[in-house]
Amino acid sequence: MNAFFATVRRDLLLAMRRKSEVLTAVFFFVIVTSLFPLGIGPEPVLLKKIAPGILWVAALLATLLGLPRLFAADHVDGTLEQMALSPSPLGLLVAGKILAHWLLCGLPLVLLAPVLGLQFDLDASALGILTLALLLGTPLLSLIGAIGAALTLGVRGGGVLLALLILPLYIPALIFGAGAVEAHIAGLEVGGHLSLLAAMLVLAAFFAPWATTAALRIALE
Amino acid sequence: MLNVSGLACSRGERRLFADVGFSLAAGEWLHVQGENGSGKTSLMRLLVGLSPADAGTVSWRDGATPSVEFRRDLIYLGHHAAVKEDLTPLENLRLAAALDGIELDERAALAALIRLGLRGREELPVRVLSAGQKRRVLLARLLTRPAVLWVLDEAFNALDVAAVKLLGDLIAEHLAGGGMAVLTSHQPLPVPGGKALVL
Amino acid sequence: MRQSLIQWFKFASPQSFYPLAGRMIPWFWAAAAIFGISGLWISFFVAPTDAQQGEGYRIIFVHVPASWMSMFIYLVMAFWAGLGLALNTRVSAMMAQSLAPTGALMAALSLWTGALWGKPMWGAWWVWDARLTSELILFFLYLGFMALQAAIDDPRRADKAGAILALVGVVNIPIIYFSVKWWNTLHQGSTINLNKAPSMAQTMLWGMLLMALAFWMYSIAVALMRVRAIILERERHTEWVKHAVE
Repeated sequence: MNAFFATVRRDLLLAMRRKSEVLTAVFFFVIVTSLFPLGIGPEPVLLKKIAPGILWVAALLATLLGLPRLFAADHVDGTLEQMALSPSPLGLLVAGKILAHWLLCGLPLVLLAPVLGLQFDLDASALGILTLALLLGTPLLSLIGAIGAALTLGVRGGGVLLALLILPLYIPALIFGAGAVEAHIAGLEVGGHLSLLAAMLVLAAFFAPWATTAALRIALE
Repeated sequence: MLNVSGLACSRGERRLFADVGFSLAAGEWLHVQGENGSGKTSLMRLLVGLSPADAGTVSWRDGATPSVEFRRDLIYLGHHAAVKEDLTPLENLRLAAALDGIELDERAALAALIRLGLRGREELPVRVLSAGQKRRVLLARLLTRPAVLWVLDEAFNALDVAAVKLLGDLIAEHLAGGGMAVLTSHQPLPVPGGKALVL
Repeated sequence: MRQSLIQWFKFASPQSFYPLAGRMIPWFWAAAAIFGISGLWISFFVAPTDAQQGEGYRIIFVHVPASWMSMFIYLVMAFWAGLGLALNTRVSAMMAQSLAPTGALMAALSLWTGALWGKPMWGAWWVWDARLTSELILFFLYLGFMALQAAIDDPRRADKAGAILALVGVVNIPIIYFSVKWWNTLHQGSTINLNKAPSMAQTMLWGMLLMALAFWMYSIAVALMRVRAIILERERHTEWVKHAVE
C-alpha cells in the first residue's frame, strides 16, 4: 500500500513542478462552457435546460485532454519500465497514478462546476446535485480513460485515437451524470441516477486498473 | 541461480537469435557482446521479463520468471534515463525506492549520491545536470536498492573515465558480495573474470 | 478427451486452418445464396403488405437481421479476441481482426436502413431512438477497434491491445445499452418506438428468419475469406505459404 501512496505523492509532486499542464485542462473546461451561451444566445430558460449537458460534456472533454499525458512521460523516460519491474504490483502503482490523475484533472472540475453552473442560472440545490454527480462521475472518467491511455501509449496519432476509443465508453457516465441534474430540475428523484453512477464507479475501480495494467505490459513489450 | 535456456527472439520477420542459454551462480557475471542490432537489448528485455520470448525459459532460484521474487532480486537499468527531470537527484532516488516499497532515509540516499560523485548536485533539478551526471543519478540506485542480480544494458555509455572506473568497482564489489551481473557493451569492461556470450 | 483437445489445437495453427477455411468457404457462400434468395422472395412477394406501414415496412427484413448480426458479431469477436489473449493462439486473434469490418458493415447497414425506414414512417432521417442510438455507439466501438489495430505496427501487440479493447467493450455494451434505453424513456419527447410494430404475421417471421440465416452465412464466409488473407499476409515468410501460393 505504501507504494500506492508513493506513486500518488510522486505524481502530485511532478505536477506541482509543472503547473501549466494541470491548469490547461481547467481553463479548457471554463472556456468551453462559456462558449455555449455565446453560440446559442443568452436566453436563461434554454441555458438552464442545457446546462447539465454542457457542463458534463465539457468535463468529459477536459478529462480527455489530460489523458494522453497520463503514462506518456513515464513511458518516454523509462520510469514506466522500472515500475513494471518493481517488486510492487504494477496494478497498485497504476491505481496510484489514476488517483493522482483524478486529483489533478477531475477534482478541480468538481470544485469549479458550481461556479460555472451559476453562469447558467442553476439554483443552489441543482448546483449541489451537479457537484455530487461530478464527484462520483469524474473518477469514473479517469478510470475508464486510463485504459484508453494505456492502449494508445506510443501509438501513432494516439491522442485522436484515444478520443475515438474512450468517448463511446463515457456515454453511460454522461447519461446518468447529466441526467441526475436534469431530473432534479424537473422535480424528480435523483437517487437512482446517483446510485447507478456509484455502482459504475465501483465496477470500474475493480476492473479498470487491471485492464490498464494488462495494456501497459503490452505497450512495453 | 539464474538459468536461461533455449531463448529465441525475432523482431518482425527477422530472427535475432535462437537457442541462447547460459547460467550464472553467485559471484559470476556475463558479458553479452555483439554488433549493433544483434539483439543485445532484446535479450536483456527478455531476460528481465519485459517482453515475452518466442521460445525458451528463464528461471531464477529454480522458479519460473517473471515472478515477484525475481523482481525483488533484480535491478535492471536500460538505455533510458529513468529519472524525472523536474525532480532533484535526492527526490528521484527516494521516490524510486518508495515505489519499490523500500523506505530510504535521506542520509542513505545522500551517501549513495556522494559515492557517485554528485556532491553538491543533490538539490538541483536533474534537468540542469549533464548527460553523464543524469546517468550517475540512475546508477546510484545500484547502491540504494538491495538486489542480487544486476542487469545493466550499455551502462558504461556517456560516462567519463572516472565514472567508468567507479562503476567497475561497484560491480566488482557486488560480485564479491555474492551478487550476479549481466552486462552488455561493445568495449572491454573494467571488470575481471566473467563469462562471455556473443550474439 | 485428450485426443479431441489435440485436434482443436491442430486447427489453431494458421498452416492447417488455411486449407480448412478454404474448403468451407464455398459451402457458406452457397448457403448464403439459398437463404438469401428464399428470404428475399418471401419478404418481397409472399409477406402481406402491412396495414399501417404499407410497403415501406419491408426494409425491416434487412434492418432487423443486420442489427442482430452487428451485436452478435461483436460478441463473437470479443470471444475470439479473449481466447487469443488467454491461450496465445494466433488464429483466434486473426479471427477477431477479420470479423471487425463485417460487424462494422452490419452496424452501418442497420443505421442506413433504419434511416431509410424512418424517413417515411417518422418523417425524419434520424430520431434519437434508444435502439438507433445504441447501434450508433456500437458502430463507434467497431471503428475504435479497427483504428487501434491499424495504428499499431507490430501485429502481436495489435492483437493483444485489440483484445483488451474488445473485452472492455463487451463489458460496456450492456451498460451502454441500458443507460441509453433509460435515457430514452426519461426524455419521452418522441413517442416512436420500433417495438410498437403490430404483431408479426407468420410469413413475415419466416422471411426475417431466412434473411438472418443468410446474413449469418455471408458473415462467416466473408470472415473466413478475410482470415485467409490475413494468414497469408502475416505468414508470408514461412515455407508453407510459399508453397500454398504457388
